[in-house]
Amino acid sequence: MKSKSRLLSAPYTLWTVLFIVIPMLLVVWFAFTDKSGNFTLENILSVGQYSNVFLRSIWLGAVATAVSLLLGYPLAYIIAKMNGKRQGVMVMLVMLPMWMNFLLRTYAWMSLLEDNGLINALFVNLGLPRLHMINTAGAVVLGMVYNYIPYMILPLYSILTKIDPSVIEAAQDLGASDRKVFLKVIVPMSMPGVISGITMVFVPAVSTFIISKMLGGGANLLIGDLIDMQFLGSAYNPNLGSAISLVLMVIILICMGIMDQFDDGESTGGGVML
Amino acid sequence: MKKAVTRLYTFLIFLFLYAPILVLMVFSFNDTDTASRTVWNGFSLRWYQKLFEDRLILEALRNTLIIAVITAAVATVLGTVAAVGINSMKKLPRRIMMNITNFPMVNPEIVTGVSLMLLFVFAVGLFGGRSLGMASLIAAHITFCLPYVILSVLPKLRQMNPNLYEAAQDLGCPPVRAFFKVVLPEIAPGIVTGMIMAFTLSIDDFVISYFTSGTTQTLPIYIYSMTRKRVSPEINALSTMLFAVVMVLLIVVNTRQSKDKGAPAAQREESL
Repeated sequence: MKSKSRLLSAPYTLWTVLFIVIPMLLVVWFAFTDKSGNFTLENILSVGQYSNVFLRSIWLGAVATAVSLLLGYPLAYIIAKMNGKRQGVMVMLVMLPMWMNFLLRTYAWMSLLEDNGLINALFVNLGLPRLHMINTAGAVVLGMVYNYIPYMILPLYSILTKIDPSVIEAAQDLGASDRKVFLKVIVPMSMPGVISGITMVFVPAVSTFIISKMLGGGANLLIGDLIDMQFLGSAYNPNLGSAISLVLMVIILICMGIMDQFDDGESTGGGVML
Repeated sequence: MKKAVTRLYTFLIFLFLYAPILVLMVFSFNDTDTASRTVWNGFSLRWYQKLFEDRLILEALRNTLIIAVITAAVATVLGTVAAVGINSMKKLPRRIMMNITNFPMVNPEIVTGVSLMLLFVFAVGLFGGRSLGMASLIAAHITFCLPYVILSVLPKLRQMNPNLYEAAQDLGCPPVRAFFKVVLPEIAPGIVTGMIMAFTLSIDDFVISYFTSGTTQTLPIYIYSMTRKRVSPEINALSTMLFAVVMVLLIVVNTRQSKDKGAPAAQREESL
């Protein structure tokens, strides 16, 4: 029977080959050929011209990830310490904004951050000077944090609730201060959650292309925008676009490989939860 | 003192999360001609009225729903069957399958979108036929929804006592019937979770749809084209309504769950 039920995944395997494996091979093929289909390294080599865009994307993505971790960890910790029923409500409240399309959420920030926007209107009413916020790198980071912070909070929360309270009590009984308990027991035990949170924020942040367009203006071009331009934009060149996509993928795989080194193996749980 | 700090912190984070949404909603009721996003001119429902007269939005909504229903149905069946197959595999093939399954989830969305676009353009060039549209959108959506279905069904299969299925067969139940009578009820919660996820992911998707839609409009694509122009508050009205629908759905699902199972922590986590 077992051998028969193994065959059940055959349709899925076929689907995967058709819609995941072959498309990826096409990306590789386009990346290494020119317009007439001859082999060339030119596309890959010319990705180097855009190293500033790559560095900016990685830098802004990393900053957004760090901010999400710093803001999200305390909240995840606070929620994990609440009683059961309130925990459920709070987790739902963290997730609820994600159910609004991210274009709309980002659009909402446009009206807040504009030079004549609501935040500036508030500043003027309070007698403060206007602040130029839209079309800056800071606005892009803000958009990333806003859109992806739930992906940080949820895995952190789920790992923090799994920490056995008796471990914490044991540390306290042995004379550790609250600070020490937090730094020496809780933080190390929540590392798998931290790792999956970082991955889940960094990957979409580094490859985003709408947030930068809407909040960053023209000056904050990211990798995603570059890819978009090669496929659907003015600079139509799918070969170069494929090369950039390939490099982006490799960068992300390397980052995840590095993250895996810090991980004891049990981290994917948070990701699946969503 | 400590409690006050905790409360304040929680409040500030939730303010950060909800302020933009609140602003969006408030301005959907703004009575203005000039499409101003930030000046309040009094209460009106005009933008809602306009929304329902907008043929393009309604068509985009229809497309989105058709795609989501077909995607959820196909991905759920294909994914559940695949999960059963993967679950009965030996260790090595199972690991390979899981890695392939995880791939679209870790791969940047934009790369998935671009790769599918290349595939569909390539296929059109090869076999002819109509260019990108509903069919390519549905295929793309099924592709990125499948992992979520599989990953919500698999844990249920693993939790299940394998002896149950064998016992049913020992008692003379044919395998297919044993599957429907014994296995399916056990893994049903996972299947439902996967289906809901597929449905909502499909409705919400922008990035992959953007690259695979051709000229077909879905709601997120339409929203995107609206945000590029200097837009009318119709978009605010639309988001307010979508948000309200989602909230009602979530409340219904949650109360239904707590009624059914007394909502133990594990159950709740899964429904996320």
